[in-house]
Amino acid sequence: MNSAENNSVCPNEIDASCRVPLLVLFGGAALWLVLGLALGIVAMLSFHKPDMFADCPFLTFGHAQAAANDLLLYGFAIPAALGVTLWIFARLSQAKLALPIVPVVAANLWHVGVLVGTISILLGFSTGHPWLEYPRGASVLLFAAFMLIAVSAVATMGFRLNRELYPSHWFLFAALLWFVWSYGTANLFLVCNHPPRGVVQAVIGWWLTNNLIFVWLALAGVGIAFYFLPKIAGKPLASSGYALFGFLTLVFFGTWVGIPQGAPVPAWLPTVSAFGALLSVIPVFALGILARKTVWGAKVPCFGGPFCFIRFGMLSFVAANLLYISEFCPRASRVLDFTWFNAGVTQWQLLGFAGMILCGAIYEILPRVMARELPFAKLAKLNFFLFAGGTLLFVIPLLIGGVEQGMKLRDSNIPFADASAVALKFLRISTTGQLLVLLGALCLLLNIFVMTLQWKLGLLKTVVVVVKDSLVEGSAYQPLPCDKSACATLQRDEEVKP
Amino acid sequence: MKTGFCVFLAAFVALGASWLGLVFGPLKQLGVATETKILQSDDKWPVQRTGDATLGLQVYRANGCAACHTEQIRQTGAANELSLVNLGVHQAADLKDFIASLLGTMPELMNFSNAVAGNLAGWDGKLPKVIYSGADDTVISLLGDKLKAVGVKTEARVVATGADIARMGWGVRQSVAADYLYDQPVQLGSLRAGPDLANIGVRSPDLNWQLQHLYAPKSITPNSSMPAFRYLFTVRAKVGGQSSPDALVLPKEFMPAGNLEVVPTAEAKQLAAYLVSLKNNAPLYEAPFTPITAAK
Repeated sequence: MNSAENNSVCPNEIDASCRVPLLVLFGGAALWLVLGLALGIVAMLSFHKPDMFADCPFLTFGHAQAAANDLLLYGFAIPAALGVTLWIFARLSQAKLALPIVPVVAANLWHVGVLVGTISILLGFSTGHPWLEYPRGASVLLFAAFMLIAVSAVATMGFRLNRELYPSHWFLFAALLWFVWSYGTANLFLVCNHPPRGVVQAVIGWWLTNNLIFVWLALAGVGIAFYFLPKIAGKPLASSGYALFGFLTLVFFGTWVGIPQGAPVPAWLPTVSAFGALLSVIPVFALGILARKTVWGAKVPCFGGPFCFIRFGMLSFVAANLLYISEFCPRASRVLDFTWFNAGVTQWQLLGFAGMILCGAIYEILPRVMARELPFAKLAKLNFFLFAGGTLLFVIPLLIGGVEQGMKLRDSNIPFADASAVALKFLRISTTGQLLVLLGALCLLLNIFVMTLQWKLGLLKTVVVVVKDSLVEGSAYQPLPCDKSACATLQRDEEVKP
Repeated sequence: MKTGFCVFLAAFVALGASWLGLVFGPLKQLGVATETKILQSDDKWPVQRTGDATLGLQVYRANGCAACHTEQIRQTGAANELSLVNLGVHQAADLKDFIASLLGTMPELMNFSNAVAGNLAGWDGKLPKVIYSGADDTVISLLGDKLKAVGVKTEARVVATGADIARMGWGVRQSVAADYLYDQPVQLGSLRAGPDLANIGVRSPDLNWQLQHLYAPKSITPNSSMPAFRYLFTVRAKVGGQSSPDALVLPKEFMPAGNLEVVPTAEAKQLAAYLVSLKNNAPLYEAPFTPITAAK
């Protein structure tokens, strides 16, 4: 670090270099989050009032649920995680974001892709593969956009002034690589003119689902948490070796999970998945314990602040992923498969774990990147409580309802209608939770949009002033030099390395 | 820096291994699959769908039916089953005593005497009657031979077991990879908000039933939680007071008021054709069972 001291870049310059790409990524992500949650509620209406959309094909459960799920993953979680990744890479590199225009273009491409995909699903052009519903046009856009953002992120990492690599680097770099690999593979095989014959399609679909929902979210979420937790707690990550252990076990074992027990495929596939799931308990615990040890004893005031978000996220990481793993236990799967349990776990992973950590990170990053305070700091705190309460209220009824439904489905003497009816009362509570999460997401959206608006107004004012000045006394406008004394205070902020 | 490269290499190997195992492996094993033979028959499985049914699969996909319906039957095991089909000259009560004496005297059958006696308890002579169901097949051949000797006809069958199979009409065996050969895309589903559809073509083979159920599920199952798919149908005025041949015949309370009729669109007909094509009733090498028709 000392050698780089002289030519190191001011943190506020780094932050400023990320401003536009991050605004595009976060703004779009927050918008998709709100729309995705709203669409999710619309989808659930089919269960509260079955004939509601009998004459309107676009919003039935089959259409809206897929679109809502994809909005949460592709619309919100991935672009938000990419934005945070760019910023973390720039900060850890102590260098400005490389090729900053690339992620701006890419983020817009990504959002267009999500828009096209969502509309396609609602119009009935879904591919029919869960979590890969976007048709070719949309998925090509997503893939290209991801590649471009990854190029910028990797270039930022390559040009780093601080040569050291941190655990966050491993996690986030692997996340970049793994998305390109798995999403590319799945699209090449499934969303093409000549997909493989028969049930292989489902196998590749399950593989992708597991790699996105379990592995990718874990890599991105934990990578982000491992950057912020040490910063917030004011002490380094408890053990780098332990982090490496967690990382490697996650990519070695976690990537084999995903094939449901009892699936109509050769028996070795579910068996391998069951073993993978069993061994995945190791990284889940290891990473959870590591996060706990890092913040242990740190006296951080946390009343709905980013620390709260990330702590809740890491708790969810352990809880939701253990439940996820339990689905692949052959005995448990006989009860849990084909019930609402799976939906509950997935939403917990998406909202309770990834969503929480990403929101916390966004609230932490935004004021730095924009060089101004959050416009509605109280709403940000409210966001935490709405998210935390809402997610639990959303997810836990689905889990309990799923188990009850599964017990009834297992008993062939109980009529099928009774088994599905038992879940209905749980769905009612769950939709209330969904509504709370939606309100929380609105807080996020409001903060980001008002901030963007303020920034744009500020820009406009600067332009007006500059133009005015130049009219009056020629070229009086000089860019502000980097204030080295201000740098020193900001640098102190960077001293605690993850 | 060196550590960084090692970490990258290890992660690369891990991710590559997963790709090889769960993408490349299944592609090599299953991606080139062709039709299989149905057991004890020269017919091939699966049966290629008709044109309408093939289009119906796309309607099924477009409407996201797989969000609520699975297309996979699971089984927990298999059992050998021995049942009485014809008593010949014997009375049920006599036969019960005869079987009880067999069970009491033959040492090979002693272990099963409780199971068989339990099955026969309370039997009123109704046929066919399952007298043994379990893993063992010696009891089946022994008991079958003894009963044959006294002129009683029995039938030995292999049956699949499990909750899905026990639900009448859901299927007679587990779904296997071969069943989905002609599906594009394969939509197995992961939630049973509605019943499994792997065998709906055997359960409800009537196209008109399917259409009526799509238009107004509650007209068939009053407590159904399935939404009505009215957008797949056209409600129009009857021409000259005459219903068109493919108009739905609905109970009065589901009929639109006035001189109107409900006609399925092409999509609805295709979807119904697809549903009727879903069958899970052929014994295969990897999912054997004895079909009832073959045993006669």
